[in-house]
Amino acid sequence: MSKTADVLNGLNSQNEPALIGYFPAGFPTLEASVAACIAMCDAGVDVLELGVPYSDPVMDGLVIQEATEKALANGFKLKDLFPALRAITAAVQTPVLVMSYWNPILQYGVERFARDLKDAGGAGLITPDLIPDEAKQWLAISEELDLDRVFLATPSSSQERLAASANLSKGFVYAVSTMGITGAREDLDRKARDVVAGVKASGTSTPVCVGIGISSSAQVAEVNSYADGAIVGSLFIKAYLSGGIEELKTTVTELKSGSTK
Amino acid sequence: MKEQTNLRAQEGPYFGEYGGRFVPESLIAALDELDATYKTAKADSSFAAELAELNRTYVGRPSIITEVPKFAKLAGDIRVFLKREDLNHTGSHKINNVIGQALLAKRMGKQRIIAETGAGQHGVASATAAALFGLECVVYMGEVDTKRQALNVARMQLLGATVIPVTTGSRTLKDAINEALRDWVTNVEDTHYLLGTVAGPHPFPTMVRDFHSIIGVESREQMLSEYGFLPDVLAACVGGGSNAIGLFHAFLDDADVKLWGFEAAGDGIDTPRHAATLSKGRVGVLHGAKSYLLQDEDGQTVESHSISAGLDYPGVGPEHAWLKDISRAEYFGITDDQAMQALMALSQTEGIIPAIETAHALAGVIEHGHKLPSGSSILINLSGRGDKDMETVGKYFGFLGSN
Repeated sequence: MSKTADVLNGLNSQNEPALIGYFPAGFPTLEASVAACIAMCDAGVDVLELGVPYSDPVMDGLVIQEATEKALANGFKLKDLFPALRAITAAVQTPVLVMSYWNPILQYGVERFARDLKDAGGAGLITPDLIPDEAKQWLAISEELDLDRVFLATPSSSQERLAASANLSKGFVYAVSTMGITGAREDLDRKARDVVAGVKASGTSTPVCVGIGISSSAQVAEVNSYADGAIVGSLFIKAYLSGGIEELKTTVTELKSGSTK
Repeated sequence: MKEQTNLRAQEGPYFGEYGGRFVPESLIAALDELDATYKTAKADSSFAAELAELNRTYVGRPSIITEVPKFAKLAGDIRVFLKREDLNHTGSHKINNVIGQALLAKRMGKQRIIAETGAGQHGVASATAAALFGLECVVYMGEVDTKRQALNVARMQLLGATVIPVTTGSRTLKDAINEALRDWVTNVEDTHYLLGTVAGPHPFPTMVRDFHSIIGVESREQMLSEYGFLPDVLAACVGGGSNAIGLFHAFLDDADVKLWGFEAAGDGIDTPRHAATLSKGRVGVLHGAKSYLLQDEDGQTVESHSISAGLDYPGVGPEHAWLKDISRAEYFGITDDQAMQALMALSQTEGIIPAIETAHALAGVIEHGHKLPSGSSILINLSGRGDKDMETVGKYFGFLGSN
């Protein structure tokens, strides 16, 4: 069973909107990122995505690129991820998933990464550049350790691929709202509805959450009207950059309480 | 007779353990569409005919083979031949792939092409094809490269392309590819990503190789018809590896023909400043494929260094990784200075000015040719001409003031 899915389904059954928040580990420093993540959870984020900084983040827009570049410049190392994750999961009840490009995991060792993630209290892994077709090793070890594994579903995915993503994802399915990279957009693409409908059409009971381009509480509310959660990243980094932990918490509160279903 | 092999039959997505598709799900539909379009085109004789006609009347194929006896004296008692890809329209082998992919973009109804470029040769070729076929063209180029290859930036702009300097990461070819991938993820419906080397997700390594394999196919026929033998060794420079695989592929099953690839060793292969991915890298995933790459222990890509913008890349095509592992090809490092000396040597012994990229293969032949028995022959892929490098060359040798 997935604690992440339980949390999302629980909110859904109470007509409460779900907010999934991203923040990069090591930004601007390891200690500060742990504090920021705990603050986000305390302020009401329902699921946390802890990002692993990577040198070549092709799915990320400029805000996250610059934040993760800064984390690397400030000395973030992969071995720092697990103590940070442990510190967060020790302080909050919120499920924490790690989001990472594939090469750092491959170099650390897929099985070793999965075990250390589990030991540190992590709920699972979101893999933006790993499609299920290439994920044999990760599918096996995540099954063995009962970890969430989140694959992407996109507007260009065929119905077969949407179904595969739905069937192989655990915790939630990451529905990509636009054909773009991450970064807050003013108009959320209507295509998100079609992706969510396509994933749901596979008959899955796994929650479907929408990410990429969400920048307002109205959008969080809108997404929650047809999906099981809204994923926000760049906006939290912008908030942190402009007003630190306090503004980060305010932003979480605003996004979370903007509206209910 | 050595054992008959069938190494040419590899069609991807995997070459041994290498290759695959390590990309966001958003790109899978476009890759599938490209793969299907390419397979259909490959089986369609009208596509082959159209490509052949453009190669004959626009690119200037077949490119000739030139024997260079005075240069050969620098490499031992051997004969050296050059496959003159520098004489192609736009001045390098890059046009072979670009014409092929631009035809595919037209077949897919995509009116916009995007490309990455390092030295600018692939960008110039892409801008050229875009002008020829009436397509919109955007070229991503690392800011560092726009400065050291300013003439090629002007050429692309003259041809009607938009050149976007990339200011993230190391500001070189690697980051230009990241930016092109981001553009493609966003605009995939109306845009074809005209990837310029044999790296990236399937089908690029296979498809780009196929479009360049004409280099080896012609060379094999020309060597047999004009000289009556096959060379003992093929030599080419390797960045992403497109010109090398283009030359090697037709010869993969000629077990007696040795294959030598020369990577950029920058300041030296045992210094931190080089781009010798196959010699010094480890297996990982970059830009959509599993292959060797320059990376730290955390899997963060390490910046490469080379005087040649076209070889300044921390990854390499997956088929080369496989050819290395099965020992079908050997890969060696060549320093900046070795390459520059070889560039001058070919210019002054034979009156042919090669690109700095290509000069790595020439330097490799000077260094390793001496290992061969007397009377051996080497065919070098002269992948590009050096006009674009005159500023770098002029400064290096003090023709334009000091280095």
